[in-house]
Amino acid sequence: MTAAPAATVRERAGATPPAPARPRRGRAALYWIAKHAIAIALAIMFLGPLVFIALTAVMSDQQALTSRLWPDAWNWSNFAEIFEKTPLLTWIGNTIMYSVLATVFMLLSSIPVAYALARFRFRGRRLAFLLVITTMMLPPQVVAVPVYLVWARFHLTGTLWPLIIPMLLGDAFSIFLLRQFLVTIPREYSDAARVDGCGEFRTLVRVILPMAKPAIAAVALFQFFYCWNDYYGPLLYAGTDLDNWTLSLGLAAFRSVHRVQWNLTMAATVLAMAPVIVIFFFAQKVFIEGVKLTGVK
Amino acid sequence: MSRMARREARHGLLFILPWIIGFLAFTAIPLVATFAFTFLNISLSESEPLRFVGLENYRRLLGDGQAWASLLVTARFALLWLPVVVVLPFLLAVAINSRNVRGGGLLRVLLFMPYVVPFVAGALIWQNMLVEDGWINSALRRIGVAHPPSWLNDPTWVIPGLVLIGLWGLGSGIIINLAGLRAVPTHLYDAARLDGAGWWRRLRHVTIPMMSPVLFYTMILAVVDVMQYFLVPLVLFDGSGDPGGATRFFNLYLYQTFFTFQEMSYGSTLAWLLFVITLIVTLVLFRLSRHWVHYTSER
Repeated sequence: MTAAPAATVRERAGATPPAPARPRRGRAALYWIAKHAIAIALAIMFLGPLVFIALTAVMSDQQALTSRLWPDAWNWSNFAEIFEKTPLLTWIGNTIMYSVLATVFMLLSSIPVAYALARFRFRGRRLAFLLVITTMMLPPQVVAVPVYLVWARFHLTGTLWPLIIPMLLGDAFSIFLLRQFLVTIPREYSDAARVDGCGEFRTLVRVILPMAKPAIAAVALFQFFYCWNDYYGPLLYAGTDLDNWTLSLGLAAFRSVHRVQWNLTMAATVLAMAPVIVIFFFAQKVFIEGVKLTGVK
Repeated sequence: MSRMARREARHGLLFILPWIIGFLAFTAIPLVATFAFTFLNISLSESEPLRFVGLENYRRLLGDGQAWASLLVTARFALLWLPVVVVLPFLLAVAINSRNVRGGGLLRVLLFMPYVVPFVAGALIWQNMLVEDGWINSALRRIGVAHPPSWLNDPTWVIPGLVLIGLWGLGSGIIINLAGLRAVPTHLYDAARLDGAGWWRRLRHVTIPMMSPVLFYTMILAVVDVMQYFLVPLVLFDGSGDPGGATRFFNLYLYQTFFTFQEMSYGSTLAWLLFVITLIVTLVLFRLSRHWVHYTSER
């Protein structure tokens, strides 16, 4: 399938009366495009919208409503206007707090659980792992109300803490992912450490953690991006006080208020995306390895 | 049991203890509580004394036209979305897995972009692309569609419109499928080729069986996700269910029952219905999977 079509093209090109070099090169280019058609279509589809927002973000508000694609003038002041119209810095601060704390808490709590599920033999281990998977698939709506009422009792609704504190008790998806990686580390390593008189906890920290770095990085990134983009959680808990909002909430509200000013909405979108896109470009390799991990049975 | 084994068991339980507490506090007990709520009359909007109402909430559910209409909206979306979200990433992965396609690394990065774009931002971007004179319709006009649909204002086209928006999130599915394809031993293809199997038969008899665990995995996740779908329409239409109720998804109705009307007990009844439906569908899929999912390394 791979080499055959290329050969036919070459044969046909050879069979036709000697043609000038240019058309042949043109045909090769066409063939290259045909071969990569799906890849190119995907690239356009995934890149197009980003180009679109970046361009709209610097248009004037009248032009943003037209279908002209290239900005007539570059209104960089749109970005400054966002900072004047919204408490954007507060929202960024809240989003960072939520994402970083939730990620750190999740790592602290989930790694030991995943390690135990991957390595220790004890009764109920299979059941515990089954419960982890079930929790992953449970619709959050089914437990939302009682949990909400309890947080309300502790006067923590209206803050982001109900989203952060539970991370101290492990996150099912992260546990599942880490466990899938940790079972692939040969048992001999932890056995050797144990024979050397290393305690279980020290074995985990000194021997296993360094080996599990890629999986830990991937899980941390997943959690971070999830929190950064989370809309449902803050929608339930952040309440009506703008000072407790995250970027996602702010962005949705901004759209509702400044409905006609697409340029500003898109400028706000660019500002909300910029930090994560920068992180993503530095970390994309780790990230993609992590996604592959989710697909491993 | 040896001393060593007992020590190991003790440490195992100790290590998973925090998660057990979390599971009880945030999953098991609330799940039971939600079920208990369905027999009570908890509502934050009216201050009626708390009492046991028996099957009153269930009777209300049976007669609630909106609940069933919303379930139908979710079902309609699922029917269109599930084949797309399971099959398309697989086919695209097969297409770009070919050895002579270059730039795979860059493409993979691009496929991932939507994942890091805040979901609200993604929804707004696509809303702008799908409006009457947006990019999508300009492109359609250019290729000869005289009257492209008014995607987000027409009750019949809004569901396909939402599917189009969802396509942007297929990247991770493509990556998972690509990883799966790389894991298929090449000697199987060589053997099939020796037997004179063409492109289609290699796909049918080697690729699909070998990929069946991956396809099954994406299918289960997709079912669980689709049952919970409502955030995109919530952001796009401010929860109004526009156009004409065509986007009042079951979960949107559930969300509004809880947090707009604050009817905790009736909302819990709706949530349990959702839970039971999800459970039944996944169990049926697991049962059916015995017939078509092949695990090569059965342990």
